[in-house]
Amino acid sequence: MFVPDPFGLKTQFVGLGNFEYLLGDPYYRASFVTTAIFSSLVTVVSMGVALYLAILADRLIKGSGTYRTLLIWPYAVAPAVAGVLWMFMFNTRVGVVAWYLGLLGYDWNHVLDEAEAMGLVVVASSWGRISYNFLFFLAGLQAIPRSVIEAAAIDGAKFWTRFRTIVWPLLSPTTFFLLVVNVVYAFFETFGVIHTITAGGPQQATTILVYKVYSDGFVGQDLGSSAAQSVILLVLVGILTVIQFKFIERRVHY
Amino acid sequence: MATLTLDNVRKSFGATDVIHGVNIEVTDGEFIVIVGPSGCGKSTLLRMVAGLEGITSGEIRIDGHRVNEAEPMERNIAMVFQNYALYPHMSVFDNMAYGLKIAKTPKDEIAARVASAAKLLQLEPYLQRKPRELSGGQRQRVAMGRAIVRKPAVFLFDEPLSNLDAKLRVQMRLEIKQLQRELGVTSLYVTHDQVEAMTLADRMIVMNAGVADQIGKPLEVYENPQTEFVAGFIGSPATNFMPAGSVGVSVGKTVGIRPEHIQLTDTPTRLKARVAYCEALGAETLVHLRLPHGQLITVRQGGHLPLPSEGTDLWLGWHDAAMMVFGADGRRI
Repeated sequence: MFVPDPFGLKTQFVGLGNFEYLLGDPYYRASFVTTAIFSSLVTVVSMGVALYLAILADRLIKGSGTYRTLLIWPYAVAPAVAGVLWMFMFNTRVGVVAWYLGLLGYDWNHVLDEAEAMGLVVVASSWGRISYNFLFFLAGLQAIPRSVIEAAAIDGAKFWTRFRTIVWPLLSPTTFFLLVVNVVYAFFETFGVIHTITAGGPQQATTILVYKVYSDGFVGQDLGSSAAQSVILLVLVGILTVIQFKFIERRVHY
Repeated sequence: MATLTLDNVRKSFGATDVIHGVNIEVTDGEFIVIVGPSGCGKSTLLRMVAGLEGITSGEIRIDGHRVNEAEPMERNIAMVFQNYALYPHMSVFDNMAYGLKIAKTPKDEIAARVASAAKLLQLEPYLQRKPRELSGGQRQRVAMGRAIVRKPAVFLFDEPLSNLDAKLRVQMRLEIKQLQRELGVTSLYVTHDQVEAMTLADRMIVMNAGVADQIGKPLEVYENPQTEFVAGFIGSPATNFMPAGSVGVSVGKTVGIRPEHIQLTDTPTRLKARVAYCEALGAETLVHLRLPHGQLITVRQGGHLPLPSEGTDLWLGWHDAAMMVFGADGRRI
């Protein structure tokens, strides 16, 4: 509701001017799209991979302890550290993965290529998240009585049919919970990863809403706009959660 | 309708043998009950027939065809689980129709088969309900309905009544028996409850530590147990066992006498014992007596006989024919 002068010496009351300016700002609107793409990709990738690994772990009899420990490890890595880790692997000049891609004839450069940048932050953000999702999915799978699965097998359902008609519906409370938690995570807690890998670039291709709050407020020193963005973000996540509860919960079997 | 053959079937988990070679030939439409204490391998045996456990050696044949390697769905069997194993997110109708839908049965035939099973099991008013909205007995019926609609060759029951209360158990026991008679489907039924075994079975298999101790008609097994274990396990209250020497038998190691075969008298007969306590059950009375060296003996007598007072000395008498003599290996002599 205030706009400071360029030297931060005094502020001027502008009412809802900050909001008005934001909504007319093409960069801000682009950031919405970026956030939508980024958070859906992170949610889908981290939950998909976690579910797949959990199904494998659920069927595992020998060595399941080691397997689980290894899978849970990434969760202990701080987001910023994870970001740096991935950044080094894919670094255009010294990165191992980028070097091998180069050998294969692919010129990796996430500093310039927007899609590559987005891909990298999605992978890096999802990576730490997989552990968390894996734990919940595994617990969910193990809560399904063995005899129900056996009954389905006797009824003639093959693995995929069993999964589709029995396991997936019974897992839906877990899936729903993870969906809410992961979307919120992608919105807010991926700041560290983005900051270390791309710093929102190239060309704002990875500037999600929460990153824009930071860059406008603390880099651009436009605290008024930054504060307005925070409010919008808060309302947005609130609405999103309500929508998820209203519409998806109806299809969840408890 | 089918026959079921177990031919020297064995199972081991690693180095531990749990089933030590079971042989049985089940004829078409027969109701076989496998009975034994927990951990004797009876459920494992059933699961092997179902295809849920591998077979270490031996052969299982349904209708003469070897099914060792067949998936559960290829064996044409249906199983009723102890915890019912209903699909919690499906209505009663969908629970029963699940197998048929997977087999791509035409819709109207599914509806017809489920309707007739529901009628048979008195489930018609509940078809649209979810399992959690049903009572234990109704869930049990749904589990049976799910088995019936598929018209399997063999029914497998894994302790289906043990989650029900005592009264319902007696009622469902009768229903299962009637249903099986009506449908004439070959059935294998696992239980630890000897009363269920006695009442349901055409023939029963008494299992003890992975071995089928005795296979036979319930009354045959009761009257003529082949091992000490069977004599002790079948019948309630349990058979009294005494060292052979103490009752004047020169062969064998142990002598078993059923509680109802002992008469109590005031006049000297075979053994003297002191009444420890009595349980008057109405129609019958269980008298527990202590022999001079401390062993307890149970006697069952008619409820019309006068209740002996505790602490009095009485004589135990029995006919020679009532004595079941067992050797050191536990086998009947």
